[in-house]
Amino acid sequence: MFFTERQQIEQDVETLAAIYGRERSSMITILQEIQRKHHYVSEYAMQVIAHVLDIHPVEVYSVVSFYHFLSERPQGQFVILLSDCIAHNSEEKAAVARQLETELGIQFGKTTQDGKFTLDRTGCIGMCDQGPVLRVNGRMYTEVTADKVGTLIADCVADSATGVVCDIREPSK
Amino acid sequence: MKSSVVSQLTFARIDLDAGLKSASAMTPEQIIDTIVQSGLRGRGGGAYPVGRKWSAAKEVHAQRKYIICNAAEGEPGSFKDRAILSGYAQLVFEGMTIAALAVGAERGIMYLRAEYAYMAGHLESVLAARRNAALLGKNICGLKGVHFDIRIQVGEGAYVCGQETALIEFLEGHRGEPRNRPPYPAVSGYRGFPTVVQNVETFAWVTCVLARGAAWFQSLGTPKSPGLKLFSVSGDCKRPGVYEFQLGLKVAELLRMVGGENVKGVQVGGASGLMIPKSQFGRRIAFEDLPYGGAVIIFGKERDMLEVAHNCLSFFTSESCGQCTPCREGTRKLLDGVERLQRGSCTSAYLDTLISLGESIRAASKCGLGQSSPQAFLSIAEHYRHELMGRRSSNG
Repeated sequence: MFFTERQQIEQDVETLAAIYGRERSSMITILQEIQRKHHYVSEYAMQVIAHVLDIHPVEVYSVVSFYHFLSERPQGQFVILLSDCIAHNSEEKAAVARQLETELGIQFGKTTQDGKFTLDRTGCIGMCDQGPVLRVNGRMYTEVTADKVGTLIADCVADSATGVVCDIREPSK
Repeated sequence: MKSSVVSQLTFARIDLDAGLKSASAMTPEQIIDTIVQSGLRGRGGGAYPVGRKWSAAKEVHAQRKYIICNAAEGEPGSFKDRAILSGYAQLVFEGMTIAALAVGAERGIMYLRAEYAYMAGHLESVLAARRNAALLGKNICGLKGVHFDIRIQVGEGAYVCGQETALIEFLEGHRGEPRNRPPYPAVSGYRGFPTVVQNVETFAWVTCVLARGAAWFQSLGTPKSPGLKLFSVSGDCKRPGVYEFQLGLKVAELLRMVGGENVKGVQVGGASGLMIPKSQFGRRIAFEDLPYGGAVIIFGKERDMLEVAHNCLSFFTSESCGQCTPCREGTRKLLDGVERLQRGSCTSAYLDTLISLGESIRAASKCGLGQSSPQAFLSIAEHYRHELMGRRSSNG
């Protein structure tokens, strides 16, 4: 059966409300799921959520506009975020930033024309000891260097990327 | 490539569920008394006495009570909670369960920052194992009629949600804007019910205190700041990583341990903390001196302090919730001032105006985020003024 985007949104919100409940406190989880599936929360989606939760659409908008990872505009399939953490070496970070722009052909804050990649900066993501750090759709890439950027993007396309996070290592003392 | 280290942590040497076992043999009053005796203060940065918070929540008669674990860890420079959650999550959940026994709560929520969502699967599996072992769920620890379970709620990206009332606003489905206090969450928190909100590390120490006794914890650190504390050490040093130290440690001692000697400055407390110049490396990290959120960022000789100020202020302008004017407008104005300094077009008089604006922001903002937002700028302007003036504009 053919669904228009709007019908799809209506069906998704209805399904999610059935799982998580029609209370205000369910809204965040519903928004998270919509964002994950559609890569943004459209105005129409906000209206449908408001209707289902029986609140004014501006209430939904106020929440979507507040949080960094909920977006009102379509995001790329892969959202590449470079951590702006001050603890990281600024030259290394700048080199990674330049290489990202070159490989993707877009500037920070933009999405590629094919809708595949969004490139942006983000505040410290808690990887201060392992910089420079990228976060791609929830995966962390630590100790990134400019020469690794190309491979990393290619891995994303192949969807075989594995974020490497080394947390607990044996004490060196 | 430098690699991150984790120093010997006490957490690695605590017997699993020894703390919960000892708590389940106590009355709620005895548990709270043990925590009070230990002198444990909140490890997230606010440093509020844990025992006092718990006894406030216990006193209130309510149909329902909540235990919330704050895993927001949004402070730039802080990553010790990440290390705890990936290596010692069971101690955190155990601490939450001990808190539940003490205040009579049946529901627990862990607020996990969006960036740490990659750990959610691991945390869920730890919770599942605890449910199987009857340490969570109905009639926990063999105690009839005592129920407690924990769910994980992943955040959506907002530094301000580390503030406990903003965190509760998020959980209720609102914008993360801090509430007026009082009432404190211990009296009226999530959905109006008494709610104990503590940082990840605090819950892990709760478990250790119950396992080893209040006297052990109290004997460490300083009289005003007893106990141990985890530090996130990053920046220009040989061995960045997570370290455990007794409170009261001198900045110089810490630098020696992490291989960060001969540096220009150390920011203690992350982006919201003070920049400490070399002349003050004799100061101690403890409740009575330097704030002890635990984020230590080290800046070497070649670092530009103006860039540090710019980075911190950009962060705060982007993270201000916008609710109160000093923080919303003030941080923007300070950032604009720092950009003037970078262009070399800031007079001494204007810099003094910026400093007094920073002091107003510190005094007049509603929550901790706003109050601490000018700290980095103010301390850099105080100690590195000679570096800030007379710059050549970057394109000229």
